[in-house]
Amino acid sequence: MIPQPLVELHGWGRASGTMSHLTQIDSVADAISALRKSDHRGVVPRGLGRSYGDAAQNAGGTALDLTKMNRILSLDASSEPATVTVQAGVSLDHLMRSLLPFGLWVPVLPGTRQVTVGGAIAADVHGKNHHIEGSFGNHVRALDLLMADGEVRTITPDGDTKTLFWATIGGMGLTGAILEATMALQRTETAYFLVDTDRTADIDDLMERMSQGDENYTYSVAWFDAVTKGRHMGRAVLTRGNKAAVPDLPVKLKRDPLKFVAPSLGTLPEIFPNRMINKATAKAFSTAWYFKAPKHRAGELQNITQFFHPLDMVAEWNRVYGPNGFLQYQFVVPFEEDEAFRRCLEMIVNSGHLSCLNVLKRFGPSNPSPLSFPIPGWTLTVDLPIEQGLDKFCDALDTEVVGAGGRVYLAKDSRLSAATFRKMYPRLDEFLEVRREVDPTGIFNSDLARRLQLNTPATGGAA
Amino acid sequence: MINAVGEPQSLLLLGGTSDIALAIARKYARAGLRVVLAARPSDRRTAAASELSGLGCEVAEVDLDARDHESHAATVEQAFGGGDIDIAVIAFGLLGDPEQAWHDPDMALELAEVNYTAPVHLGVLLGKRMQAQAHGWIVALSSVAGERVRRSNFVYGSTKAGFDGFFLGLGEALRDFGVRVLVVRPGFVKSKMTFGLDEVPLAVTPEQVADAVVDGIKDKRELVWVPGPLRVVMSGLRHVPRPLFRKLPI
Ligand SMILES: Cc1cc2nc3c(=O)[nH]c(=O)nc-3n(C[C@H](O)[C@H](O)[C@H](O)COP(=O)(O)OP(=O)(O)OC[C@H]3O[C@@H](n4cnc5c(N)ncnc54)[C@H](O)[C@@H]3O)c2cc1C
Repeated sequence: MIPQPLVELHGWGRASGTMSHLTQIDSVADAISALRKSDHRGVVPRGLGRSYGDAAQNAGGTALDLTKMNRILSLDASSEPATVTVQAGVSLDHLMRSLLPFGLWVPVLPGTRQVTVGGAIAADVHGKNHHIEGSFGNHVRALDLLMADGEVRTITPDGDTKTLFWATIGGMGLTGAILEATMALQRTETAYFLVDTDRTADIDDLMERMSQGDENYTYSVAWFDAVTKGRHMGRAVLTRGNKAAVPDLPVKLKRDPLKFVAPSLGTLPEIFPNRMINKATAKAFSTAWYFKAPKHRAGELQNITQFFHPLDMVAEWNRVYGPNGFLQYQFVVPFEEDEAFRRCLEMIVNSGHLSCLNVLKRFGPSNPSPLSFPIPGWTLTVDLPIEQGLDKFCDALDTEVVGAGGRVYLAKDSRLSAATFRKMYPRLDEFLEVRREVDPTGIFNSDLARRLQLNTPATGGAA
Repeated sequence: MINAVGEPQSLLLLGGTSDIALAIARKYARAGLRVVLAARPSDRRTAAASELSGLGCEVAEVDLDARDHESHAATVEQAFGGGDIDIAVIAFGLLGDPEQAWHDPDMALELAEVNYTAPVHLGVLLGKRMQAQAHGWIVALSSVAGERVRRSNFVYGSTKAGFDGFFLGLGEALRDFGVRVLVVRPGFVKSKMTFGLDEVPLAVTPEQVADAVVDGIKDKRELVWVPGPLRVVMSGLRHVPRPLFRKLPI
């Protein structure tokens, strides 16, 4: 076979690209053969490249492009719950569109539909309903995993294979390549949501309201202003909702209650300079977003794109950050550490680093995966353009987060050091143990794995 | 890997006891940074290693003898033994006495070997490793002396001219493999190499050179002058007719 040429691969943040041999996989046989042919630089599975950092790239090695493995294999709509079996390269967008006519619903949706099922499992993604439904892995019933030895193994959440199963959930592609997945689905009568919107005065008001009311809503998330300092620090727009039932719809929509509405505003061209996000634009954007929201509005009917994926209306919006790219810093700290959480927020607002897309959410219980990100607590996400001093600033945030027993999300990360990562994920050694067992020579490898030293045998002690 | 905010995780310093190499290491030093110091065993190397360890770096010492070509492959092999190298700095070099250098064949040969042959040999070996890992930077410390070779130190200047050309070319060749080369042309650097010589205008410190290297990598440059204005001076000098050039006090 002619070796695939090197192409530059980067994550959604576009900040740390490297060159990998990108190999398109059309069949299980292709995947096995690519694995056999890999050299000491190894292979990494890649989905739609929506992770922000270096998780789905492998400098000098192979990246298996699984997006052509995109068939829905079987649907069992009559069982309770209904289940679907898909190839791992199916996007959530395609899956949702296919399931809605059956009144079936993907239980966990991240902030974009343009991710693959494989990527959603490997990062154990969460949505606005984490406090009720947990993360993606909670709903997976079985996986077919192509392992380093070239064998495909079916693994399940309980039984003999549960250790490998849960290490694969959130395992960032390092236990093997997921080829197929079976997952449990929810039922829905409509493709609409009944949404309550509240504008909160400051961070205390916001945290108070979320702590009180979240349990009444399946979906809850707040966008907050990370530019305004002082008395109004952390003022936010809180949107919470539940699935709408048919009687909730106006007559016009009742005719086709499961219609998938996904308008597109086009693709952003690649013309943005590095300093597009500056003090003036960030301030204007944050103020406009805040005041455009109603102070309080109850029971508004919203479609899927409005409610879940407003960013999906513009393709390639990451270009707005210019050629230097950006990073997303998402962390969680346990509920009881809300003081540390406030300190982080103050650091961000006062840092001079400007973030426009800031999302706050409360996580519910975690699942058994050793590397899954969500733990019960407050999670905050900020988008930061790459510029001078961002390294030190993120290090300072890390220190605060680690001190509070919190952690940073690997699907968003592009800069953590191995030592800090170890402090954030106390169950790392369990993961490395599994990895040593199923992939002793580190055939599955990635830039992220090298950066975070996920290939070195665990020494047992702290770093 | 150099992460999204520009922090490398590993440095290889060939000529690891040079003032400029150490200044670069200090700029990048942070907890967990792997530094490979390749140099002849000496007290200076030991001292450098312990200084960098004190800054939280994980330091490995590797023997490097520029004139012993046979040993180069093993040196590079050892240097990459701990994993990928994100930034490799070629910082060794010899200035020599400029007048003695063109009278004394041994000294001329030594300058040619240390400043040109060895860097080319090591550059090829490094290039191979970097090409396989498909990421990383080679920083080649050249000199303005190589840009237009002057009568006053032409043996040294000629070695740097060859050095400079080789690494610019290597950079072009490695680009398609995701590897970058940064050629750095400092003017007069106040360091142990130039200790005792008269200073000239636009003289810089090793720290300034290190800053230029850090910025050059961040901005993905292939060539930088230190200080920056030297670029303008040199582009003027390059075109001065030879009879006039001869008379310039440089
Ligand atoms: C606009 C936007 C909003 C987002 N919102 C959220 C959010 O709300 N919640 C959330 O949790 N995440 C969110 N994300 C992150 C995103 O959901 C995850 O990064 C997800 O993993 C991306 O999937 P992908 O198919 O693009 O995977 P890639 O980015 O291609 O890969 C991600 C990881 O999955 C591994 N992987 C991919 N496919 C497979 C496979 N078949 N087998 C094994 N491993 C595999 C890769 O090796 C890599 O480690 C968001 C991202 C964007 C761009």
